[in-house]
Amino acid sequence: MIEQIPVLLVVLPIVGGAVPLVASLVSDRAGWPVATLTLIGQVGLAGLLAWSVSTSGTVSYAVGGFAAPYGIELVVDGLSGAVALLVAVVSLGVLAYARQAGPHSGPFYGLYLLLVAGLTGMTVTGDVFNLYVFLEITGLAAYGLVASGRDASAAVAALKYLIIGTVGASLYLLGIGYLLAATGTLNMADLATKIGEMAAYDSTLVLTAFGLMIGGLTVKVALFPLHTWQPDAYANAPDTVSAFISALVSTVSAYALARLLFSVFTVEFLSAVPVARWALVGLACVSIIAGSALAVSQDSVQRMLAYSSVSQFGLVVAGFAIATPLAVVGATVHLLGHAVMKGGLFAATGIIERKTGATTVNGYAGMGSRVPLSAFSFAVLSLAMVGVPPAVGFVGKWYIVLGAVNAENWAVVAVLLASTLLTLAYFARLVERLYFAEATIHAEEPVPEDAPVTDGSGQAVSFGMIAVVVLAAVLAVALTAAVPELQAMLEDTLPPLLNQ
Amino acid sequence: MLELLNSHYNYFAVMVLLGIGLYMLIESRNLVKKVIGMNIFQTGIFLFFITLAFRAGGNPPIIKEGGGPYVSPLPHVLILTAIVVGVSLTAVALALIIRIYTEYGTLDEDKLKQLYYD
Repeated sequence: MIEQIPVLLVVLPIVGGAVPLVASLVSDRAGWPVATLTLIGQVGLAGLLAWSVSTSGTVSYAVGGFAAPYGIELVVDGLSGAVALLVAVVSLGVLAYARQAGPHSGPFYGLYLLLVAGLTGMTVTGDVFNLYVFLEITGLAAYGLVASGRDASAAVAALKYLIIGTVGASLYLLGIGYLLAATGTLNMADLATKIGEMAAYDSTLVLTAFGLMIGGLTVKVALFPLHTWQPDAYANAPDTVSAFISALVSTVSAYALARLLFSVFTVEFLSAVPVARWALVGLACVSIIAGSALAVSQDSVQRMLAYSSVSQFGLVVAGFAIATPLAVVGATVHLLGHAVMKGGLFAATGIIERKTGATTVNGYAGMGSRVPLSAFSFAVLSLAMVGVPPAVGFVGKWYIVLGAVNAENWAVVAVLLASTLLTLAYFARLVERLYFAEATIHAEEPVPEDAPVTDGSGQAVSFGMIAVVVLAAVLAVALTAAVPELQAMLEDTLPPLLNQ
Repeated sequence: MLELLNSHYNYFAVMVLLGIGLYMLIESRNLVKKVIGMNIFQTGIFLFFITLAFRAGGNPPIIKEGGGPYVSPLPHVLILTAIVVGVSLTAVALALIIRIYTEYGTLDEDKLKQLYYD
């Protein structure tokens, strides 16, 4: 039974997603209940799988009965088990928000579940071409979701996202071609042994493949300077979609990048070709600095949060590229923590906009008393993102810094510490406005005409929406307690990956 | 050089297609032409995979007595999948362009930018 779960995790949301699509011919009401039922099942299965992986080790499944390395293999270890569980839990959480806020249509929930299927597929697959297919499924569903806003600017943002995202995925596909030419296989575990054996680590074929595949994925992760699709997509999508894709899409792409680094190219490659490691660490560091600088200069809160993602994912990728055990644990913790925090922050901006019409940093002035619960959650999530102990943001950053110290990369340590200050620079400004500034938008004033949300689903804020934001804030602190659990889960997974 | 061109002309074609596609994608101001550029870029990648599968004197990969050596069937299968992905992407892109055109009345990127930031 357990070995069937990886494939069920992909099949369940696809089948579930077809139901609201067909049902929308009759009624749009079926979408939410079907999606909820499907995702409750998804959380149950992903939880069972994660538990099984942490107690009895890696689970693998040969799709269609074709044995690896010839067939497609789904492999779940501690790292992918944790990410699959995160995808299931966050998508179920965002549904509670979508009940009131979301576009209320059958096709929307169809796309929503398709995105869950794509993300889960990227997480569980053990085959590089299969990863490409799921990358594109994720991409297609995400483009559709971004465009589901009623305003036409959402379509412009989605088209930009589509064109840049497709180039990224195509570069990844071209990289697969080079790997296939070098080794003749597509299975990740098989590739790990054959790269280096059949083609030297520093051969042109392997180096080109590394550049194209990692380069393609950094477009999807949105590292500077390949991030240009992200602020438009996050700011123009409906609030539900912003919360959902900001929490998961880049996260799972960053997971895929780590998977390629450790399970396909392996740490020996990184040691044999130091220039590859330095290029990646350098890109990550530039991303940390540039992302923060751009975030500080933004006026719109949602765009600021989007640029903040660019910077935080620089941190995660730097942790993976340093590749000491502590740094990788830190990067994983920050990857999972960032998903909860950023999703919660976007959800909070949606509530604040609905209740007060505030969308800009200046507009947030004095809102602490108007929307007390949401504003407080926003502040908690902001401080967690900065890395104030005991929040989970602190633990992730702390481990990454310790890992960099172990590797004696002092330049990286300096950038990582500076990044905390830079993060503080843009979040402190907001928290200060929320609580200590004179309000610029008053309750008596009518909400400005251009301010209302673009998906046209009403201004009401439900209990579910606020509960999601508060829950995210609680989780941002409480997840710290789960870090030892995660470390235990990664204990069996990481040493072979990191060749220890 | 001429000899290399003669023996590897497929790879040169791949490079030319990738170059043209990427150039159109970046340089063309018309949104539909951008999507066409995206398609040409992907076609270059498809041709690259199909060229990988070739081996001199290889037979079609259908097992029969004394059949080998065969060309590799795997890249063909991969590219069938990639073509399907490419078609769906084009469909989504064109749907978005129709929506943009009905709203803004233009397909020109520069004009769209002006309208978009207003």
